[in-house]
Amino acid sequence: MRRVAIIGAVQTRYEARKASLAYNELVYGVVRELLDRTGVSMREIESMVTASQDAYDGKTISGMAINEVVGAYLKSEAKVAADGLQALLYGVARILSGEFNLTLVVAHCKESEGQPSAITGLMFDPFVQRPLGLDELTAAALQARRYCRKRGATPEDVALVAVKAHRHALKNPYAQRAGAFTVRDVLASPLLADPIHELEAAPRSDGACALLLASEERARQLTDRPVYVVGLGNCTDAYWTERDLAEADALREAARRAYTMAGITDPAREIDVVEISARYAHEELMAIEALGLHPRPVELIAHDRASFINPSGGPLCGNPPTVSGLARAVEAYWQLSGEAGERQIEGARTALAHGAGGICGQNHTVVILRRE
Amino acid sequence: MSRRVAIIATGQTKHTARRPDVNIRELVTEAVARALQDADLTMRDIDAVLLGNMEPFEGFLFPELWAIEGWGGYMKPSVKFNTGGTVGTTTAIAAYYYVASGIYDVVMAVGFQKQSEGHTQTAITTVGDPIWERSVMAGAIGNFAVMATTYMHESGVTEEQAAKAAVKARRNACLNEYAHLQMPDITVEDVLKSEMLAYPVKRLDMCPQSDGAVAVIFAEESKAQKLCPRPAWVKAVATAHEQQYMGDSPKRLAEMRSLIAASRRAYQAAGITNPRRELDVAEIYEVASFAELAMYENLGFCERGQGGKLIDAGVTELTGELPVNPSGGVMSTNPIGATALIRVAEAALQIMGKAGRRQVEGARTALATGYGGNAWTDVIILSREKP
Repeated sequence: MRRVAIIGAVQTRYEARKASLAYNELVYGVVRELLDRTGVSMREIESMVTASQDAYDGKTISGMAINEVVGAYLKSEAKVAADGLQALLYGVARILSGEFNLTLVVAHCKESEGQPSAITGLMFDPFVQRPLGLDELTAAALQARRYCRKRGATPEDVALVAVKAHRHALKNPYAQRAGAFTVRDVLASPLLADPIHELEAAPRSDGACALLLASEERARQLTDRPVYVVGLGNCTDAYWTERDLAEADALREAARRAYTMAGITDPAREIDVVEISARYAHEELMAIEALGLHPRPVELIAHDRASFINPSGGPLCGNPPTVSGLARAVEAYWQLSGEAGERQIEGARTALAHGAGGICGQNHTVVILRRE
Repeated sequence: MSRRVAIIATGQTKHTARRPDVNIRELVTEAVARALQDADLTMRDIDAVLLGNMEPFEGFLFPELWAIEGWGGYMKPSVKFNTGGTVGTTTAIAAYYYVASGIYDVVMAVGFQKQSEGHTQTAITTVGDPIWERSVMAGAIGNFAVMATTYMHESGVTEEQAAKAAVKARRNACLNEYAHLQMPDITVEDVLKSEMLAYPVKRLDMCPQSDGAVAVIFAEESKAQKLCPRPAWVKAVATAHEQQYMGDSPKRLAEMRSLIAASRRAYQAAGITNPRRELDVAEIYEVASFAELAMYENLGFCERGQGGKLIDAGVTELTGELPVNPSGGVMSTNPIGATALIRVAEAALQIMGKAGRRQVEGARTALATGYGGNAWTDVIILSREKP
């Protein structure tokens, strides 16, 4: 099989409201910077995969508005209406098919332009659940409660995740929210939906990110430090009301597939950097378990042995939906290409990026990256 | 370099204006079950499911995740696409790339739309740029009226010639048990006398809005040969986008740049130099009667400006030299998220010899297209011969 490499990655700084930029301008910014950084011209890029949601963009077929800025005029572009890491997966498939050598992958979202609760409320069954006023946050709260009760995790245990995230983000110039918070600070932050506090939930955010994928032979011509995509896995769970919300079975399965493909048998030992798409603090605990990194995730974090997990701070420090998963791949790539600045993990060779979509993580993507 | 990929099974619902008897889950199940039955498969044989749907029409975010039981995706890889009218072919092309990549061996593409659950023109109006276009864009009909008048001006095509395409569609639909609008007695006169929506587009020139779903199963070479006696091999796929704003493509239907680019790329990949002679059947995403004639020209079925004469000569009738849309096409059936994938399914049925009363005898090479957004195009060529 061919191999696919990432040869460059770019993201915006995440902010609560980028009032001066329309979303196509936001995308233009990351694409322009990516071309400048990689030295590749738009003419050379044959294919594009974008990720966005019509509901957030307030426009039907919203991908239309970014077709020109991603360079798709008379070229092949497809939009996934799913988490951004799914766009990377499809981009890799396009190159592996042998039909393309360079594929641009982009995700964007401006949460500030809509009402998140009204938008995420549209994920719910229209007959029985929507009339209850459920949204992503309240469903996540139900999941947090179920998970904590089943595992015996305390509010302080979950708050520790938020403490670590915001501490990590202090070294991340792209983060929207960072700080040296204590468990007490987290639990004293406003209660959004019991038991989730403000510092335990991803803030409303605007931003975009982009990566350039290349076939192995093109990658060797274009960069001296390619990072290869060596494992891929995706899996879909049942609808949220038809499964035990304390378990992330689909993530476990997505990880199993990615590990098998990458030849990983002991993830905790073989993976140097992990970027988890946890939009709520409890989701990081669930993911650490499901990814096979540690059976008791709270121990890992409480004993300060989780510095390799979300060195960026993760979505809790600001990433809009849809962008969350692809931004994990940007961070994972930067860690392997040595571009992670102050948060660089020395000697990192293998990294994992995780993306999730749907209510309480119904669909999961796991991507394993490795540098030579 | 690519692995060979073929379509091995298809399944559709009976498309209709309203299916109040089923929800989205149940609607999708009907198509998926038929596709599995078509190749005697179970969900165990399917490695991944790709979905196409335009959720603004149903007012949903991730309707496919709610409907997962309907498409059997539990514990399987899946992803949803959203590209407008093309979404069905976007999904089919993605299924092709995923199988060709070696990541999955057997992939099911599913398209669905329950148009009756939302308000179609409201959702289409928001396609326009909120600052420059939305206040002057009146959904799909006004847009097509502008395109049709431009095309009439450029090519000299008449309303009568366009009406013939509308008649052909609804008559062919009578041979297709899944088609929505079946009108055995429709005449050119009926089309010309139907309600004027926006000059020159009349009600019977336009596609309907339908509730429906379709599933198409793609497999790599060895599985395709094992599972299907006569697979429809994917010979070429191509996509070309247009610019965003209407004003940037002034000739509109008269010169469809994306259709020209995508079809020429696909013809080249499939080794086709004379499409009218070398294609046996075409299932095109024609949306409106005028568009069908314009597409003949842009697909190279005839010279520029000759689209009207082609239909006058009966070339594209079911009994003609190059039958176009024996299924009845989009003018007969239009559940948007499924529509373009239905073109692929119908083209595959022709190659597999399973098209029943609408079968084009001896069809060996078939073309399917998708059309959407601001005039962008997907093209797929299927063949009885391996690529």
